[in-house]
Amino acid sequence: MANGSTPLGISKFVAGESKAARLFFVALLLLAAAVPVLNLVVPESSPVHLSAFGITLIGKYLCYAMLALAVDLIWGYCGILSLGHAAFFSLGGYAMGMYLMRQIGPRGVYGDPILPDFMVFLNWKSLPWFWYGFNHFLFAFAMMALVPGALATVFGWFAFRSRVTGVYLSIITQALTYALMLAFFRNDMGFGGNNGFTDFKDILGFDLHADSTRVVLFVVTALSLAGSYIVCRIIVESRAGRVLRAIRDAESRTRFIGYPVESFKLWVFGFSAVIAGIAGALYVPQTGIINPGEFAPINSIEAVIWVAVGGRGTLLGPILGAVVVNYAKTWLTGAFPEIWLYALGALFILVTLFLPNGILGLLRSKGKPKA
Amino acid sequence: MSIRDKRLFLEDLTVSFDGFKALNNLTLYVEPGELLCVIGPNGAGKTTMMDVITGKTRPNAGKAWFGNEANLLQLTEAEIVAAGIARKFQKPTVFEQLTVEENLELALPGSKTFLAALRAVVTRSQQERIDEVLEITGLTEQRRLDARILAHGQKQWLEIGMLLMQNPELLLVDEPVAGMTPHEIERTAELLRSLAGEHSVVVVEHDMHFVRSIARRVVVLHEGQVIAEGDMDKVQKDPRVIEVYLGV
Repeated sequence: MANGSTPLGISKFVAGESKAARLFFVALLLLAAAVPVLNLVVPESSPVHLSAFGITLIGKYLCYAMLALAVDLIWGYCGILSLGHAAFFSLGGYAMGMYLMRQIGPRGVYGDPILPDFMVFLNWKSLPWFWYGFNHFLFAFAMMALVPGALATVFGWFAFRSRVTGVYLSIITQALTYALMLAFFRNDMGFGGNNGFTDFKDILGFDLHADSTRVVLFVVTALSLAGSYIVCRIIVESRAGRVLRAIRDAESRTRFIGYPVESFKLWVFGFSAVIAGIAGALYVPQTGIINPGEFAPINSIEAVIWVAVGGRGTLLGPILGAVVVNYAKTWLTGAFPEIWLYALGALFILVTLFLPNGILGLLRSKGKPKA
Repeated sequence: MSIRDKRLFLEDLTVSFDGFKALNNLTLYVEPGELLCVIGPNGAGKTTMMDVITGKTRPNAGKAWFGNEANLLQLTEAEIVAAGIARKFQKPTVFEQLTVEENLELALPGSKTFLAALRAVVTRSQQERIDEVLEITGLTEQRRLDARILAHGQKQWLEIGMLLMQNPELLLVDEPVAGMTPHEIERTAELLRSLAGEHSVVVVEHDMHFVRSIARRVVVLHEGQVIAEGDMDKVQKDPRVIEVYLGV
């Protein structure tokens, strides 16, 4: 055994993973370095020039990858199948959207210095209380993480304390995101109804339509993904991570040897929601729009499929899965728009039947002979 | 070991389920460091007795004390575990996807909150304890294997090892050799014998050969009462035991 002398803290799992993790960081670093060069330095006439559209597309994939990472942390390691993670993603996105809306200021169609256009349109006279503070970036930034985190904590507190597990938990997470979608569709919620937020102008004073801003947003997204991955990796390689896997495999036994199972679930569920929220917050300025459609149940289910396709319980696999599946989606919805959902369903079935460990599992078994 | 002087006292315990007396004025003592076997036909009250000791079932009457301080009837299941009583259930439950060593690590005593677990490192003395338990349970060579690939007997030993990590004073073991091969049974007998002295061990078992091979003192339960006790030879000659067991 090559790692015969490694201390307990470093399990054989990491030893197998470190090479893949290094590759991932190199790839992400190359991407973060290449994208600015290909967009800003390479002239537009060149075939390798990367358009603003291209940057946005890759940036979106990386946001989805963060969402997949969040889902994997709770599903892959703790066995909690959330079918409502897009809700946390969307809430983070809405928090960012509120900041961006306030930044528009008097440049809106109606020219109101305080009220966003949709409020003027609805004849509102003053800003609702929950919009206060969103003109400050730091406050808005805190909300991008805190609102999803707090919702997940409250939701989880009720669900885990009542020992709701398995498919029942999945169903209520799905109901959660559906309920939020219906709520956000309502005009009197104060979040722009079915139009959501759009027509953003700038972020922290930088023009959102400038290529340089897009490049910076992209690089920030890549760094956030790397940072989230590192924190998740630290969690799953700690004793807490082993307890999570113990909960996944034998929950009552874990409780019996003294671990407060509900508290462990609550911590990771809340943290996972924070990652999803930040991913959503990075997504909105790049795509330029957020609307209640983001809460649609299908979005949460897609995130679960990315994780399954990439390889559940590996952290790296889901990142890979999110990028690959979304690349396929971009291509298929362009070339054969009507078959996308069938293709997605077929993909999920095929992966479940033939690739229980996802793409990463396949790569690993190819990479080394079975022990 | 001076602290290992706690006795288990069970006095006049009665547990009835809808009029059926699972335990009927049961009185039993377990000496420190003793290896005691409890036998009896199905429905004799063996499992109910274990349930009362671990706080899972509350008796209708009687006393159950662990040493002079711990009134088991007033403690929660978790407090009873903390007081030093560990129970091994019949079916092995180990964490299949973790290695043998990681299974033992999770069973280490100490703070078990999320934040504590996030920062936890295995100290030198804890590592020594893990190594020691691996040695006792004969799993040193398997320490880096996932628990799911262990043989049935090895899983049982691992689970006993996990209980040992807490350094319990009293170990309750429910039918440890069910489903084991003769060789595994022999190894289990050695393991339990080696634990006695350091720990009090109470074994509930059907397998008479096994009981004969480990027990110094045997208690026979029937209809919730102790009908005989003593060494195996004495118990086997007891006319009431013969009657109950139809001459086993």
